[in-house]
Amino acid sequence: MKRKWNWPIWVGFVVVVIGLFSYEFFARFPITRDFPWANVLLFGIGIALLIAGLVRAFGRPQIYRGKIVGSILAMIAVLVVALFSYEIFYALRQVPASAGAPRVGQKAPDFLLLDQNGTPVGLGDLLSNSNGVVVIFYRGFW
Amino acid sequence: MRSFQQRLPEFEARRISVVGISVDPPEINRRQSQKRGYTFPLLSDPKMRAIRRYDVLHPGAGPKGADIARPAEFLLDSNGIVRWVNLTDNIVVRARPEQVLEALNQLSPAGQ
Repeated sequence: MKRKWNWPIWVGFVVVVIGLFSYEFFARFPITRDFPWANVLLFGIGIALLIAGLVRAFGRPQIYRGKIVGSILAMIAVLVVALFSYEIFYALRQVPASAGAPRVGQKAPDFLLLDQNGTPVGLGDLLSNSNGVVVIFYRGFW
Repeated sequence: MRSFQQRLPEFEARRISVVGISVDPPEINRRQSQKRGYTFPLLSDPKMRAIRRYDVLHPGAGPKGADIARPAEFLLDSNGIVRWVNLTDNIVVRARPEQVLEALNQLSPAGQ
């Protein structure tokens, strides 16, 4: 008797892969970047489907296929989620403490730097004729 | 940065300047600000003078292990005194303009 296609294994795997590659898209929006809800949700759905598929494959192997391919895809999926979690929940959080950064109530250090037109801009220039300045340090565009 | 550009009129209405600082050279800042439509200054700090003085250096975190700035946001009053700071513990979680506007509201409830 021909055994049935075990679709949850394949769909689950595809959902996990989508969960990985959609990060770049979801990272554009602060709500799904500050915590990757969308990706975590996709991983959850994908892993749940994979588990359901494996339960069928091992529970009723005479009806459903996928013992071997399901195990391989599940392992790859777990690896993908592990790497993602390492990157998002560990690597991105390795930020220096900046203990010496100016604190509230302290005077901000002066600077004189070139702007995008090559014009020198100092903190004093920014403060004159204004009620204040938002200074944003960023990692750069590369 | 894009979100600050979007909310820039609200900062301008309060006469608050917005400025970005990174290790990128002025040419890259010019290209990027044209491409992205940024109208506030992007300052170039390749020698990391300001970055070090503000203690926001992130050693080896850039491309090929280059030293860059970590994300950090400071709100200064007209005397250059720090009124609000955001030092994130996650490089993808940065201050949003509404947080800074909220801090401004708390500092001067009259909106002045």
